[in-house]
Amino acid sequence: MGRLLLICRLAARDTRRHLAQAILLLLAVTAATTVLTLGLALSGVTSSPYQQTRAATKGPDVVATLSDPGQAKSLVHASGVTGYSGPFPQLDAVVQLHGITAGVEAEGRAQAPVAVDQPKVLSGTWVQPGGVVIEREFADALGASVGDHLTINGHQFTVDGIAVTAATAPYPNICYSGCYINPFWYSYGITAHKIGLVWMTESDVTSLATKANPMSGYILNLRLSQPGQAAAFVSQYSSNANNAPLLTSWQQIASSDALLISDEQSVLTPGAILLGLLALASVAVLVGGRLAENRRRVGLLKAAGGTPGLIGATFLAGNLILALIAAAIGLVAGRLAAPLLTNPGAALVGSPGAPAITAGMVAGVVGVALVVALASTLVPAIRAARSSTISALNDSARPVRRRGRLISLSSRLPIAVLFGLRLAARRPRRTLLSAAGIAVTVCGIVALLTFHAAVDAELHGTTTAGAGLANPVVSRDGQMLVVITVVLAILAAITAIFTAWATVLDARRASALMRALGATSRQVSAGLAWAQVLAALPGAIIGIPLGIGLFDVLSKGATGFPQSEWLVVTFIGTLLVVAGLTTIPARIAARVPPPQVLQAGAD
Amino acid sequence: MKGISPVLRARGLRRDYGHQAGLVHAVDGVDLEIARGETVAIMGPSGCGKSTLLYLLGGLDRPSGGEIWLDGQDITQLKERRLAYVRREAIGFVFQAFQLMDELTAVENVELPALLAGRSPRAARRRAEELLERVGLADRSRFLPTQLSGGQRQRVAVARALVADPALVLADEPTGNLDSAATADVLRLFASLHQAGQTLVIVTHDTRVAATADRTIPMRDGAFSNRKG
Repeated sequence: MGRLLLICRLAARDTRRHLAQAILLLLAVTAATTVLTLGLALSGVTSSPYQQTRAATKGPDVVATLSDPGQAKSLVHASGVTGYSGPFPQLDAVVQLHGITAGVEAEGRAQAPVAVDQPKVLSGTWVQPGGVVIEREFADALGASVGDHLTINGHQFTVDGIAVTAATAPYPNICYSGCYINPFWYSYGITAHKIGLVWMTESDVTSLATKANPMSGYILNLRLSQPGQAAAFVSQYSSNANNAPLLTSWQQIASSDALLISDEQSVLTPGAILLGLLALASVAVLVGGRLAENRRRVGLLKAAGGTPGLIGATFLAGNLILALIAAAIGLVAGRLAAPLLTNPGAALVGSPGAPAITAGMVAGVVGVALVVALASTLVPAIRAARSSTISALNDSARPVRRRGRLISLSSRLPIAVLFGLRLAARRPRRTLLSAAGIAVTVCGIVALLTFHAAVDAELHGTTTAGAGLANPVVSRDGQMLVVITVVLAILAAITAIFTAWATVLDARRASALMRALGATSRQVSAGLAWAQVLAALPGAIIGIPLGIGLFDVLSKGATGFPQSEWLVVTFIGTLLVVAGLTTIPARIAARVPPPQVLQAGAD
Repeated sequence: MKGISPVLRARGLRRDYGHQAGLVHAVDGVDLEIARGETVAIMGPSGCGKSTLLYLLGGLDRPSGGEIWLDGQDITQLKERRLAYVRREAIGFVFQAFQLMDELTAVENVELPALLAGRSPRAARRRAEELLERVGLADRSRFLPTQLSGGQRQRVAVARALVADPALVLADEPTGNLDSAATADVLRLFASLHQAGQTLVIVTHDTRVAATADRTIPMRDGAFSNRKG
């Protein structure tokens, strides 16, 4: 018990003495655990709003798209069907509003309410002759309001209302369950993600049909006696035959509604992994730096009878406690931030509220935090435990690695680069961790650039169709990528300063000696900065393909490649930022008079 | 005095630490003149300020007062960069704890100041090898410091101090970390440097080292007490 108390007391004192490093460790692990909590918390979050929308709109259990209204007869009399509406004519058309051109599926409806799928009007009125009602997510993307005038296939209509439905996947996923892309749309450069839904009177839809662009189909909404059996009904009545009805169950529509959230998850999960990796690299560098500062203290503890186990446990205890605190903060912050992301979008009514924190989620988040702390602290803790008491008391530097070929090659380089290269080579683990931290950050930045390049390609393509048309999935994913990348960049910047500080501490004798031998303080501080830049160089190079690869994994098929100018700016910018940030501790270190360090080494 | 003009001249040299009640005069009004080719030993107990004086003379530390002239140039007025050039070209340091870089071999340690001075890698290596031969370590040139004895490490440090052909070599307790045999080796080396006309200032509390000098200056409480020689 006394030993445990001693370990806790030493760990607490050590944390207090190195408050800045403790805060950074806390920040790094908290960022990873918060994002992880968010990723885990989003599972199944849209089911509640979809059910609310389904109830509010008398949503169908199965939606059938027919090529001929006559196909409805066999379906409405099928076993288990207790109600229906339709068939309603549907026309593939082109809408133009505020200079935006997009595709629409225009559905002809009666003005009177129907028993199955009666869209809920949220503003304005239900369909009237000469007017349209627009699905809310699509209306938001178009920037449409009640009373606006728009054209459909060149004919002018007024926006009568804005509504939601549970019968169709909302914009931009209207084709999620499969749809036929009319060649008519192709001629306008309209692709599957630029199509929305509008309702009009049946007579207005019929009036828009031409020989060249006839009705694309008829919509039949079915209610079943057992809604849970909708998927089985769809399998039973689906056929591969030409012009056979295309059946969609409400569960398929619900999953397409969840796309907005599941897309967020597909960004958050790799984001949490990136932040976790960066936290690992950052904490490992921090702990290593702290060990360099604490060598004399380790020696004192050992001289006073501290066993290697006690030394190692002291190092581990402090960081594990900080990791547990970070996990707790991450869980709370993730839960509080979740409502910002769980908004199911304008296509549904109701909100899911804050997600519950489950035991599995707690175990996952705490586990990740502990793994990060343990993996990053274990090596320095073992190193501290094994260190020689005498050399630790003398505060002598740890033995350094010799890289003969590199030393020989570096003798041809300018003094600052020579010194930097040799410093980087002395501590390969730290160099590797710095490179890994930079690689993770550049990976995030390049993934963001690739994302924007893909969005540009998708939105603008080779035509102007869809230009200016907002895409809620893209907007949310983009916002999250920006937030994750900014957090990555901030953490990486702070880590770069601490890494430089660790290098400065570790190289204080070499720096003092270089100055005694005739190097200027500017050469020495430039050398210290070069050590960080040289470590960042491979990280920045590797981060670029990693970022493109990461986007490839996230995008599920979307293609994009950032402009080479931006990649060059990212690469050079990263190195310049690293150089700039590390110059601060390097300059501070260069102010220490060499005798102070050299005399300490002669004790 | 061996030469005509002094290599080094210090007047009223002071180095203070702390303020007011905590003010410590580590070096307190030192006047010193070292002739070219002369070997001077500064002797005194630990903490008397002799190492501080050495670092002031070598331009590694700034004095609180007084002036230091090296080869006719007042180095107390120089900016940091110019002072670094002076250390690089005119001064060689030998430290008590050797201060060799552990990851560099003996020859790589010796050539380092030459590379700093802008010599080509080939010229720096050639000069380093010559000096290692001169200090009797030609066969140890590819050894790391950890593979050398204390005496051998100090001889490497001496070779490094000589690589730029400095006007002045400053040695801080050069035998402080050595056993008797190694001390004898280093003393022989200093004697040969002395014979070759190298100007040497040695800070020591070892009378055997002081005995090799042309002059011995006792130091106490930051000031020279009286001079022997």
